[in-house]
Amino acid sequence: MGLGPGTVLTRGGRWIGEHLVLFLGLVTMLYLLLPIGFVLLMSFNDQLGRQAYEFQGFTLDNWLSPCGPAGLCASVVKSVQIGLLATLGATVLGTLMAFALVRHRFRGRSTTNVLIFLPMATPEVVMGSSLLALFTAGGLAGQLGFWSILVAHIMFCLSFVVVTVKARLQGMESSLEQAAMDLYANEWQAFWRVTFPLVFPGILAAALLSFSLSFDDFIITNFNHGNTITFPMYVWGSAQRGIPPQVNVIGTLMFAVALVLVLGGGMFRRRRGH
Amino acid sequence: MSVLTRTPGEPGVAPAQRRRPSRVGYLLLLPGIAWLLLFFAVPTVQLVATSLYDPNGSLDTGYAMTWSFPNYLDALATYREQFLRGLVYAGSATVLALLLGYPLAYAIAFKAGRFKNLMLVLVIAPFFTSFLVRTLAWKSILADNGFVVQSLQAVGLLADDGRLLATSFAVVAGLTYNFLPFMVLPLYASLEKIDLRLIEAGSDLYAGSLTSWARITLPLSMPGVVAGTLLTFIPAAGDYINTQLLGSPSQFTIGNVINNTFLVQLDFPMAAACSVILMAAIVVLVLLYVRRANTEDLV
Repeated sequence: MGLGPGTVLTRGGRWIGEHLVLFLGLVTMLYLLLPIGFVLLMSFNDQLGRQAYEFQGFTLDNWLSPCGPAGLCASVVKSVQIGLLATLGATVLGTLMAFALVRHRFRGRSTTNVLIFLPMATPEVVMGSSLLALFTAGGLAGQLGFWSILVAHIMFCLSFVVVTVKARLQGMESSLEQAAMDLYANEWQAFWRVTFPLVFPGILAAALLSFSLSFDDFIITNFNHGNTITFPMYVWGSAQRGIPPQVNVIGTLMFAVALVLVLGGGMFRRRRGH
Repeated sequence: MSVLTRTPGEPGVAPAQRRRPSRVGYLLLLPGIAWLLLFFAVPTVQLVATSLYDPNGSLDTGYAMTWSFPNYLDALATYREQFLRGLVYAGSATVLALLLGYPLAYAIAFKAGRFKNLMLVLVIAPFFTSFLVRTLAWKSILADNGFVVQSLQAVGLLADDGRLLATSFAVVAGLTYNFLPFMVLPLYASLEKIDLRLIEAGSDLYAGSLTSWARITLPLSMPGVVAGTLLTFIPAAGDYINTQLLGSPSQFTIGNVINNTFLVQLDFPMAAACSVILMAAIVVLVLLYVRRANTEDLV
C-alpha cells in the first residue's frame, strides 16, 4: 500500500523534467531583460558623479530635461532623419527586388541571391572598412557625413527587406490575383487592389526592421560618419567620460515606442483577422 | 539559397506568373542590384586592392599599387593573437548562446501556452533599446564597486581585489547576451514547425523524454541550430564594442585592430589586410561548418 520510493522518484523526475526547461528558459529570459530594467532604473537616478554604478537617489530631473546634455537631442534627431530616409530607400528598392525574385523570370537568379545574402553574412567591421576604403580611393574622405552614412545604411538594410518581403510573397497564393483578373481587373488594378494590401504587412515589418537596424548601427557608421554625430556615435563618445543619465531616458523612450508599435501592430492584425 | 533565408514553398508560384515577360523582372531588380554592386561589391574589391597597396605609402602621399602580398603575412604575424582571440571569443559566445537559447526556444515553442506571443516579444525586446546603451548597462552592472562584484566578494567567489570587468569572462558574457536573440529566433522557428505527432509516436514506442528529444526533436531542429549559430558567430567574430566597453586592451580582438588601424593609425594597407583575412577566415569556417552540419540546400 502507498507509493514505493521508486514511484516517488520517477514522479519527481518527471516533474523536474516537465518544469526544468521552462525554468531554464525563464532564467535566460531574465538575463536578456536585466540590462533593460537597469536602463529604466538608471533613467531615474539622481546621478552625482560621472560614472553611475549604483542608484544614488530617485529623481525626475532626467525625464524633465532629456535634452540637457549638449548635443544629445541633436544626435537623436540626426539618427531619426537617417533612419527614416534609409528605411524609405531600402524598403522601396528591396520590395521591388522581392517582387522580381518571386514573381518574375530572369537570368542570373543564383548570382542575385548570393549578392543579397552576402551583406548579411559579412561582419560589420568588414563592410564599414570596405566603404571607407572606397570613399578614400574616390577622394571623398574629406566629405564623409550624412550622405555616406545614408548610403551605407540603405545598403545593409536592403538584404533584410528583400528576405522579409520575399517570405511574405512566397506564403501568398497567387490564385487571388488570378481571380481578380478573371473578374476583369487589369494587371494594375489587381496589383493595387489585391496583391499590395496582402503584402503590406510584410513591407511594414521590413520597414520597422530597417529603421531599428539603421537607428542602432554603430560599427559601419563609425567608419563613414565624418563629423556627423548620430545617437550611437554620441553614446560612444560620451562613454569615455561617463554617460549622462539622460541617455538612459532616451533608451527607455525608444524601448517604449518600439513596444507600443509592436504590440499595437499585433492587436491591429488580430482585429483585421490576419 | 541558404539556411538563413530559406522559406518553405520556394517553388510554389503559379507557372503562369513565372512566364511573365522578363523585362519587368530586370527593371524591378536593377536599382537594388546596382546599389548592392556599387556599395557592397565594389567596396569589397577596393578593400582587397587596398590590402595589396605598398605599405610604405601614407594617406597624405597616396598609396601605390604594388601587389604587395607580404602585407597578409605581416598582418598575420603582428596580430595572430588578436585573430585567434576573436575567433575563440565568438566561438565560446556561440556555444553559450546555443546552450542558453535552446531551452528558451523550446520553452516558448512547447511550454509557454498562451504566453507564447508575450515571450517572443520579450526575446526581441532587447533590440528596442540601443546596443551600446545595453552594453554600457552591463558595464555598470559588472563594475568594480557594483552590486554583483561586491556580492561575489562577500561570499568569497571572487578575491577582494578581483574584478569582472576587463576580463575575458565579461567580454564573452557580453557577446553572448548581445547575440542571444539571433540564436533564439531561428531555433524557435524550426522547433515550432515540428509535428507533435512524431514526438507522441516516439513515446508510444516507449522512448523516454530524453531519448525522444535526442532522436526526434534535435534532428528536426538542426536547421534552426545551424542558422542560429551562424547568425551569432558571424557578427560576434567582428564585434569590437564588447571588448572595448567590457574588456581592456589585453582582451582586444581583430575587430579592435581593424578599427584602430584604419581610424587611429591610418595604416590602410595593414588594416585592409586584416579585414580581408577576417572575411576569408569566416567564409572558410562557415563553409566547413555547413558541410559538417550536412544541411542540404545551401547557397
